[in-house]
Parts: sequence; C-alpha cells; structure tokens
Amino acid sequence: MNWDWSVIVEYFPRLIEGVWVTLELVFLSGLLGLLLAVPLALMRASHNPWLRVLPFGYIFFFRGTPLLVQIFLIYYGASQFEAIRESALWPILREPYWCAIIAFTLNTAAYSAELIRGAIHAIPKGELEAADAYGMSKALKIRRIVLPRAFGIVLPAYGNELILMLKSSSLASTITLLDITGAARTIIARTYTPLEIFLAAGVLYLVITAVMIGAFRLLEKRLNRHQHYKMPAELTAIDPRLKD
Amino acid sequence: MDLLGFGDLLLSGAWVTVKLALTSLVFGLILGLIGAAAKLSSFWPARALATVYTTLVRGIPELLLVLTIYFGGSMVLMAIAEQFGYTDYIEISAFAAGVAALSIAFGAYSTEVLRGAIQAIPKGQWEAAQALGMRPLKTFFRIILPQVWRLALPGLGNLFQVLLKDTALVSVVGLNDLMRQAYVATGSTNQPFTFYMAAALIYLGLTVLSTGVTTWLERRSDPASRRAAA
Repeated sequence: MNWDWSVIVEYFPRLIEGVWVTLELVFLSGLLGLLLAVPLALMRASHNPWLRVLPFGYIFFFRGTPLLVQIFLIYYGASQFEAIRESALWPILREPYWCAIIAFTLNTAAYSAELIRGAIHAIPKGELEAADAYGMSKALKIRRIVLPRAFGIVLPAYGNELILMLKSSSLASTITLLDITGAARTIIARTYTPLEIFLAAGVLYLVITAVMIGAFRLLEKRLNRHQHYKMPAELTAIDPRLKD
Repeated sequence: MDLLGFGDLLLSGAWVTVKLALTSLVFGLILGLIGAAAKLSSFWPARALATVYTTLVRGIPELLLVLTIYFGGSMVLMAIAEQFGYTDYIEISAFAAGVAALSIAFGAYSTEVLRGAIQAIPKGQWEAAQALGMRPLKTFFRIILPQVWRLALPGLGNLFQVLLKDTALVSVVGLNDLMRQAYVATGSTNQPFTFYMAAALIYLGLTVLSTGVTTWLERRSDPASRRAAA
C-alpha cells in the first residue's frame, strides 16, 4: 500500500465545494426544523390531550426510524403516487437536494421538539406564575417568558443536535448529492484511493464540528449571560444578599 | 405478512439487521469498557489515547466510518498480509465492515456513558472494599461493575437505539439487511413508498421492542425503585 498525499492536494477544491453543500444542508434544514419544532413542542407541552397526540405520533415515527429510510421514503417513495407526480410539488420532490432538505427538516424537527419540550418543563414554575401575576395573556407569556427562557436552557442540547445533523447530512450522498461524503465517493470512484480521501473528508467534518462547538459556547454565554452576571462591588457592599 | 410476495424477504433482512445490531453491541460494549477504563486511568498515555478515540469518532459521520472500513479496510489488511508473504486479494464482507464501524462508533459513545457511571459511584465504596482487603481489580468486578450496569443502563439503552437505526447505513455497502431488501423489492415492483414504509414500520417495531427490553432491564437491575413504585 502506498500512501499518496498528492491525491488529497489535487482533489481538495472538490472536497471544499462539498463543504458548502454540507453546510447549506445543515443550516437550511436546521433553521426550518427549528421553525417546525417550536409549534410541535408547544403542542406537546399543552394540557389538551387531543393537541398532544398529533406531535406525539410525529415525533414517535421520526425518532424511531432510521433517517436513511426517511430520505428514501421521500425521494423514491413520492414517485409512487400519480397525484404527486402531477401536482405542483413534483418539481421540488423530483430534486434530490430538496428531498434531502425535507427529510432532514422533518427529522431534526422531531428531535428538537423533544429538546424544547424538555426545556419548557425545566423553566422554574415561579417565573411562569410571576408572568401570570402580572396579568400577561397566554400568547404574551409564551412570547416573552416561555420561549426566551426555553431557548437559553435548550442551547447546549441543541448544539449537540446540530452536530448530529452535520453527521447525518452525509446520508445526502446516497441520493446523489455532492456533499463532503458524496464528493469523496465520486473522487474515490475515479482515483481508487479510499483511505487518503476519506481521511481528508473526516478531517473536514472534525473541523466543522470544532467550529460549531466553539460558536455554540459563545452563543450560550451571550444568551445565558444573566447566569454569569456579577453584581458591582458597591451594591454587594450595601446588601450581601445580592451576591448570588 | 405478504407484501406482494416480498414479506419473507423483508423479514429475512430484518433478521440480518438484528444480528448486526446485537453483534456490534457486544463488541461496542467491550470497546466502551476499555475506553472508560483508559479515561479513568492514572497512566496519561492511556487517557490521551482514549480522548483521541472518542473525539475523532464522535466528530465524523458513521456513514464515512462504514465506507472507510469497507473500502479502505481491505487495502490495509492486504498491506499487512503482504508483510507476511500473502499476496492474494482480501475482501472484507459488508457484515464484518458494518460490525467494525458500528462497534467503533458505539464504543466511543458508550465510553462516556460508562465513565460517567463509574464516577458516579461514591469513593467510599472503593475505600470500604479496600478496608475489607479486596484488590482493585476484584473491587472493580465485584463492587463497582454491578452498580455501573444499573447506572449506565438508561444511557446505553439510548445508544442501542441509535445503533439499531445506524445499521441501515451498512446497506449502502451492500449488506442484505432490512433496508437493502426493501430496495430490492422496490426494484421489481415499482412501489417504493409501500416497501420503504413497510421497512420503516419494522424498524419502528424493533425500536419499540428495544425500549421495552431496556425498561425491563432497568427495573430488574434496580430492585429498590421497584419496591418504591409498588
């Protein structure tokens, strides 16, 4: 076996193009998934059992089946129905790119909804009661108290979810998309140097993961800055209770 | 289950999926225990090696791992075999590559779960065992490990679910698992939605089953909470 660094150098630009596709897939479906997850989580946390059953079934299905099946169900499965093939949606469902986005969005929404629901439950009861005591309406309470607090609580877990999404995005290569893994596979089909190219691809994933972890640390510090707030010394000198 | 005559094919695929998941679970747990022991070791190269292992494996996609081992593994094996004078072509089966990739991934995640569980056991228990004259290794197997099992079960149960779903990735390199058989059935019937939905429901059944087994094991391993519930 001879190790060939020059293959990595030669095809590196192709892998970098793959990085953009991967990032696009992750962030677009991450954003859409979050938009879908919030109403799902609110419904899931509701007291009305009829409202709870729909998101429960949705989350149960998407968390209980492999993402690969979900991608194939959308990409290959949609073509089985004449009604879909003749509808206005077909130009979208025909494209592997949009099928991947739809599958990732639906998948991450199910996972994120559970995280957000957990965060909503973790909000101290007193804060919600305080909002009630102020006479806030339900919608205002959700907008001003529940969601901002839930986002602060959910952030570390959501960072993990986004990293899992990054790793799952490699499945897009199975429906012909040229993300990092897809680009690597096409390069290998030509050069037959799997070890070198997969190593380069792996390093790219690691770098993106590291950057994402760093970005989420910063964001968390900012969103949860009330937890790190230090009272000025003059105030704590007057009343030591302000220290915590 | 008939499914246009392809029901048996799907079930045989499901059996391969279950075998793959359970085999990887065994090897993955062994790797996880070694990894956790290394992370808690007082010997720094072992700690460093374990940290590199968990960081690398948790940062790259499982699919990439499967592809690397399947396509790259035979090259590595052939290069090693050549040193011993064996020059024939060596091919790694999809099942072996799948077990290797999934156990390495499971091992990395379970290292953290097991490490957390071992650390959660009060130090006093080590000291008590020492006071009774037990050696560290005996303490580990008699006192610590049985309790680690109880503490780590919920985490390991979640990881097994992830593993079960990740087995679908091995179909990409041609293993005749549930996913692959659904693909085969699709090819000759032209009904992709039917078969992928059937596969999805079988996977769903498997995850529900594994959740049930985990809950049962959790109750069994923790008699104290069982009495409290009753």
